[in-house]
Amino acid sequence: MSDDNKKSLWQKLRALGLGTIAVAFTAGIIFWGGFNTVMEWTNTEQFCISCHEMRDNVYEEYRNTIHYQNRTGVRAICSDCHVPREWVPKMIRKIQATRELYGKVMGTIDTPEKFEAHRLRLAENEWRRMRANNSQECRNCHSFEYFDYSVQGRRSNQAHQSGLAEGKTCIDCHKGIAHSLPPIEQDIGLERPAVTPDVFHPPSTQQ
Amino acid sequence: MNRKTRNLVLALIASLGLGAAGAPLAQTVSSVRGVDVSAPEPAPGNFRQLPDSPPIPRDYVQQPPLVPHKVEGYEVTVNFNKCMDCHSWTRYLEAGATKVSLTHFKDRDGGELSNISPRRYFCLQCHVPQTDARPLVENTFRPATGVR
Repeated sequence: MSDDNKKSLWQKLRALGLGTIAVAFTAGIIFWGGFNTVMEWTNTEQFCISCHEMRDNVYEEYRNTIHYQNRTGVRAICSDCHVPREWVPKMIRKIQATRELYGKVMGTIDTPEKFEAHRLRLAENEWRRMRANNSQECRNCHSFEYFDYSVQGRRSNQAHQSGLAEGKTCIDCHKGIAHSLPPIEQDIGLERPAVTPDVFHPPSTQQ
Repeated sequence: MNRKTRNLVLALIASLGLGAAGAPLAQTVSSVRGVDVSAPEPAPGNFRQLPDSPPIPRDYVQQPPLVPHKVEGYEVTVNFNKCMDCHSWTRYLEAGATKVSLTHFKDRDGGELSNISPRRYFCLQCHVPQTDARPLVENTFRPATGVR
């Protein structure tokens, strides 16, 4: 198939010259455009909540947060936080996401109870990913460098300045801002499988 | 027979009269909420939580300290207690927060626990955040002089 194409292309190229190049160019645009359109479509909110696993669990939780609805109407949808913007990391993430299709087929998290059972693992995956890329998806909109500490609250002002000094990244503190948290070990009541304190509050890297 | 009917009619008129007399009485009672108890609750108003402030002094000795900061979006669920993320004894120094009182470590039988008792888990039941809402009624309460 590709051999035939190559051959005929080469022949046409010789025979038609400019015409063939123009056709190949157009085909390239259409193919690339189509690829990108599909890629962008899988980044939409509608696509994400077309599965009930997302719609009934994490989407419902996110609907109560500032990234869903706020004073100015500027939003961050699923892909703004969970899919890198840069092309290569985006492709890597999209390929990794095919694993989620397997989960969908096997019904790994197809009830709220099953989702809750997996929440710890799923959350830790995402925290690890965001820690590794220095919370790049947060920083696409929020940057440390342009914080105006004078209009931040008493607590956020302090925490952001000391966080910046200690080389922390957003996700080190801002966990569970858009979704419910998995069990966190706080030594209240009975013990259960939970996120340990040093995962929830990672020690600073400069100590 | 005639008498009975007359008594019945009299009783009926009397009860109607009582009802009519009672009606204006009920109308003189006005509730702070502004509408009748059975009516749909009026919208609470567009109140904002007050921004962060230093600790607010107590108004009386037994008052649970007020929350001097916003708590919007704070998760207090079976999985996580956001308040205790700063106010627990293991976290308060780093967070610069007031540590939770030791009185909260007792279980209901008076036994000492190593952390807050599960019955004290829902902090915001007693410790309430403040909004910019005006007081509904005037209040002239003053604590006793000895404990002011």
